[in-house]
Amino acid sequence: MSDLVESFYSRVPVLDETPPPALSPEDRQRLLKSYYPDYRPEGKATLRVGPNAGTVVPEEIATLLESRSRLQGTRIIPDHPDREVDVLIIGGGGAGITAALYAAEQGVSVLLATKLRVGDSNTVMAEGGIQSALGEGDSPVEHFRDTFRGGHGENDPTLLSVLVSEGPRMVEWLVSRGILFDRDPQGNLSLRKGGGTSRPRLISAKDYTGLELIRVLKEDVVNSPVDILEFSPAVELLQGPGGACAGAVLWDLDSRKNIFVKARTVILATGGTGRLHLGGFATSNHFGATGDGLCMAYRMGAKLVHIDSFQYHPTGVIFPSEMAGMLITEAVRGAGARMYNVLGRRFVNELETRDVVASAIIRECSEGRGVPTPSGAFGVYLDLASIDRDAGEGTVTKRFPNIVKLMTRHQVDPTKVPILVYPTLHYQNGGIRTDENAHTSIRNLLVAGEASGGLHGTNRLMGNSLLELFVFGRRAGLEGSKEARERAPFSWKEVSLAHVENFEQALAREFEGAERPIAPSLFPDYRRKDS
Amino acid sequence: MDSLPKESHTLVHVSINGRDYEVPAGSTMVQAMWYTGHEVIHGIGCLGGVCGACATVYRMKGDFRLRNALACQTLVQDGMSFSMLDSYPIQRAHYDVAALTDPKEELFTFYPESATCRNCNACTEVCPQGIDVRDAVWRANFGDFKAVAELTMSCVMCGLCVSRCIAEMAPHEIALYARRAYGAKELPFPSNLKTRLGEIEAGTFSREMNHLLSLSPAELKKECEVKS
Repeated sequence: MSDLVESFYSRVPVLDETPPPALSPEDRQRLLKSYYPDYRPEGKATLRVGPNAGTVVPEEIATLLESRSRLQGTRIIPDHPDREVDVLIIGGGGAGITAALYAAEQGVSVLLATKLRVGDSNTVMAEGGIQSALGEGDSPVEHFRDTFRGGHGENDPTLLSVLVSEGPRMVEWLVSRGILFDRDPQGNLSLRKGGGTSRPRLISAKDYTGLELIRVLKEDVVNSPVDILEFSPAVELLQGPGGACAGAVLWDLDSRKNIFVKARTVILATGGTGRLHLGGFATSNHFGATGDGLCMAYRMGAKLVHIDSFQYHPTGVIFPSEMAGMLITEAVRGAGARMYNVLGRRFVNELETRDVVASAIIRECSEGRGVPTPSGAFGVYLDLASIDRDAGEGTVTKRFPNIVKLMTRHQVDPTKVPILVYPTLHYQNGGIRTDENAHTSIRNLLVAGEASGGLHGTNRLMGNSLLELFVFGRRAGLEGSKEARERAPFSWKEVSLAHVENFEQALAREFEGAERPIAPSLFPDYRRKDS
Repeated sequence: MDSLPKESHTLVHVSINGRDYEVPAGSTMVQAMWYTGHEVIHGIGCLGGVCGACATVYRMKGDFRLRNALACQTLVQDGMSFSMLDSYPIQRAHYDVAALTDPKEELFTFYPESATCRNCNACTEVCPQGIDVRDAVWRANFGDFKAVAELTMSCVMCGLCVSRCIAEMAPHEIALYARRAYGAKELPFPSNLKTRLGEIEAGTFSREMNHLLSLSPAELKKECEVKS
């Protein structure tokens, strides 16, 4: 492999630092409409069944939503539930853990069920940071404006005002648990700049922000009264009296048996959809990001929002191919990294919003100015060496030790040579429609984190997803426990999978009996097909 | 990372869980498992080198040395024999960081084995992140939690250090304790955060925020200079 890397890097052109032309608002619109995958007509389908029927979405999302249950055959509910709890939380990433910690503090019984281990999530992979307006001359109001502008004005203003106003208090919650964010010499939290923001506002732990968060929060949830069930993804929600949610069916990956859980409230914290590889894109997401929560909630009738909007992070590694999809944090561009096409020319201001930068990269590659890889893919150069030139030798290694470590393992020294990047499927901007107390349109079904929608509009700014996990994870945990206490008792006999039957009947009618796929898939299958 | 390396057409010989296979050169260990039809569930998390799920033990043909790696980050080589260590059993202390009163002493309450390090350095040699684990354990014992924090920031909690420790301790858990105690008990509360919390508490931004929330969608877009 090292021969391959060496021969690839022997062809890097002279990099010309001349700034790229500035974009007018019209230029940005044209760029997005022409190249951003959300706005392209190919690979799309119109939903025909369910609460969002009529919406045009990526084909892979239509397949996920208009699917049959994993529970096939006669759906017999056992005489007694296997578990009975006040609050069931599905998903063990940042939002699920936060919800679990807050719910448990309220004295209700909490079961946290997750697909892999607690903490295996997109949260643990977050590199760049948490956005919170702590700087002088900054304020939650500026944070609101930047986010609303970045989200193309499609954000739910109420959700956004909660995010920016409660953000600092959640940062306090994290600091008090001993999470080590970078500090300036005066002991303040260091604030860094991300794309699309008017002020430096990112709080980070070098480029290990998510890892640092999860290491600590995982220890706390393991040490809390929360009951934890790992390797047990949910495959279906259960319906109770009046159409309210009444629990879930989990699938034990080891015993390969269903676990029926009766719950007074259910909080979905199932994360995103990167492993569905929309449009064939590589992804930065963890192995279990297959949109399970969307699929289960949709069958129950939950309304989704902005489910046609996804974030393709501009800078995913594209060469060497075994690293495909791995993210190079936007913070490197905030720190002065530059991008070049095959001619060695800059082609976009590196601090435009993510969708604009991604579109510009796709444009370069589709107009013949991309850098070819040995396997026939294309990318552009992301050069970190300018950071060391601007801020002093050693800055890259000090601020981005993880990137240096990961790339060096594959014989690419990012302090010396540029990294080849191409947009990688990173984040689901929309999701299950929610309000400021984490409600969905289904009673006793709450949602938090990437699975939820409305907050980010149609383009998320860096650092707002980590903040969202804590602000709305907390609210979901508090509201979920309150609802669990207030809910009128109901019998297991009133619990059913009627919504699944109804949804499948609607599918059969609309698709005229044509076989529909089964979902959630739980994992991508990368095994060689003929093995 | 997903299915397979796309550049390579040559095959190498490997042994996975004791069975021989041929897999494409340039595959990671995890990709080699997929290529050979394994359904990997235990032992996969982020596929990006930070979650610590894929700790793996391997040897090279003709070499007695036992080596360790993260399977999603390590390319197979001809003659490699490997098995994943899905989960290494550990004893984790039960503590509340906020309730610590004398963290440096309490380390020996929660992790008394920490003081029994015999300096063999096996933990440092095995660490896939290149952390000087032995040094971190000693710094923790001497109460220099700041140094522990700096030394172990890149720890992915894979537990390979535990697998080699002759004193049978869990260095990664000890380091986590020391880092947390340092952050929660030694570092002063950040003053920019304190200032902003005070301002929010006092309602400094309420008027402006309420103004934004009172606007119609079109007015709000104009106010926030939405360009689209």
